[in-house]
Amino acid sequence: MINALIPEADPAITVDGLVVKIGSRTIINGLNFDLHRREILGLIGPSGSGKSVTLRALIGLLPHAGGNVTVMGRNYAQLNRRQRVETQRNWGVLFQQGALFSSLTVKENIEFQMREHLHLSPKLRSDIAMIKLDLVGLPAAAAHSYPAELSGGMIKRAALARALALDPQILFLDEPTAGLDPIGAGKFDELIVTLRDTLGLTVLMVTHDLDSLAMACDRIVALADGKLLKAGTMAEMLQSDQPWLQEYFHGPRARNIGS
Amino acid sequence: MTRLQRGLGQGDARLIGGNAQHVALLSAISDAAHETLPSPHRTNILLVPFAKFGRIVIGAFNDIFAANAVQGHLMVALGRTLTFQAPLRFASFVHQFEQIVLRAIPIVALISLVVGAIITQQTILQLRTFGVTIFVVDLAAILMFREIGVLLAAIMVAGRSGSAITAEIGAMRIREEFDALQVMGVDPHQALMLPRVIALVVGMPLLAFVGSMSGLAGAAIVAKFYGDIPLDIFADRLRGAMTVTSVAVGLIKAPFMGFLVGLLASIEGMKVAGSSESLGQRTTSSVVKSIFVVIVADGLFAIFFAAIGL
Repeated sequence: MINALIPEADPAITVDGLVVKIGSRTIINGLNFDLHRREILGLIGPSGSGKSVTLRALIGLLPHAGGNVTVMGRNYAQLNRRQRVETQRNWGVLFQQGALFSSLTVKENIEFQMREHLHLSPKLRSDIAMIKLDLVGLPAAAAHSYPAELSGGMIKRAALARALALDPQILFLDEPTAGLDPIGAGKFDELIVTLRDTLGLTVLMVTHDLDSLAMACDRIVALADGKLLKAGTMAEMLQSDQPWLQEYFHGPRARNIGS
Repeated sequence: MTRLQRGLGQGDARLIGGNAQHVALLSAISDAAHETLPSPHRTNILLVPFAKFGRIVIGAFNDIFAANAVQGHLMVALGRTLTFQAPLRFASFVHQFEQIVLRAIPIVALISLVVGAIITQQTILQLRTFGVTIFVVDLAAILMFREIGVLLAAIMVAGRSGSAITAEIGAMRIREEFDALQVMGVDPHQALMLPRVIALVVGMPLLAFVGSMSGLAGAAIVAKFYGDIPLDIFADRLRGAMTVTSVAVGLIKAPFMGFLVGLLASIEGMKVAGSSESLGQRTTSSVVKSIFVVIVADGLFAIFFAAIGL
């Protein structure tokens, strides 16, 4: 059993000269940015700029060809197996399609990590799962349904509940509002902000949703061609005269965010 | 039209007539960037067979490499489980054992029975010419236990469970469930593949035994009704013909075949990427490769046992 909690560090994640290659193609080429504690950071960029690859590299699904990623004050690449599991216990990941285990019910999905990493009584596990379910705004009746029986928005919420199961310090979200209607997306943004305020989460989200960026994100990191284009707050982004950012933040879909 | 206009220059080619919609469409086309795609590199048609053959050879080498990698992961997972560093997933093992082994018993018994009966019938037909029909018992005893039982069981499991394992792992890869496991600090090799492979390794001898016994039953039935050998004479003759060696030779092969099926199914499942088409391809190739490898392994075992004189 692994029960050591990693002390909170600031910045929560430091990316220093990250290089990621898939096959012989270099997708990320020398990326630098910091993720500070208790901030919600939005990762944006044109399609194919390496947003998802960055996220997958940060959570250890893709090997790093170069550079350092420091997670909670420790260099991720140099951790031994025990420390890696400790780190993994302290983050939650929401995949784009939810990636709930389709053979388990929602409640079993939320309990999965508790069963893997902690020795809790079934009663306590069940209670915690129901609290998490309530936290993300899912009805208790959804606990016993299988992922295939849920709507897209409910899957996202259930997946978020699973990501929060072990009270992580860092939350990674891959396009959390993609495929949700504007009301559902708005509520999801509010939920993320509420969770950050109440649980003290640090959030990194890959998103294309300008409303999410405006409403939820404290800072924005823009990528282009595997490099950092600009990092800064919404106001700084709006003032930038970089052509792509101009088009992104002043385009026809961006009417409301400045106000 | 747009190409003509571009070729002649704006001055020489003008659009005349057409309603507003047409003009809008044409101007949208001419505004669109006109990049010519570099034509994809074509291999000389005479070289195509060689190129394909080369790819197959390299693919085979990659398979051997991947097999070793997955095998290594499985060994590490087994080691960690045996040293209590990783959970023992007993529930998962029991579930897989039921799916892979217990549910395969009827079909393995049935095909072995039928194949045993067919072989016996053909043999009786030939032996009758020499008037030594009774030797069919010796043949059945040796053949069923040494080869047919284990081979049919292995082929059946490769088709039934090899495909299922590949499809399950592949679907989990497509739906990112595989990544989710890894991110949660759970080793997928330990959580997904190990219970299946152990179920196969433990269950194959059982299936091989079931297959051999029903093959023998099929032989006995045909011998009684087609070869006029009564059951008591069959049993009597069997006592002399069947040795512990031939039973052991058959059963010792079974765990290896189970392991090979599990390994190949896991490798193919891991190779699934992106599309549902690739899931279908991988499942097919998992079954084909498993059956091929199982038969080759059986041949190698036959050579080995012949060499050590069993």
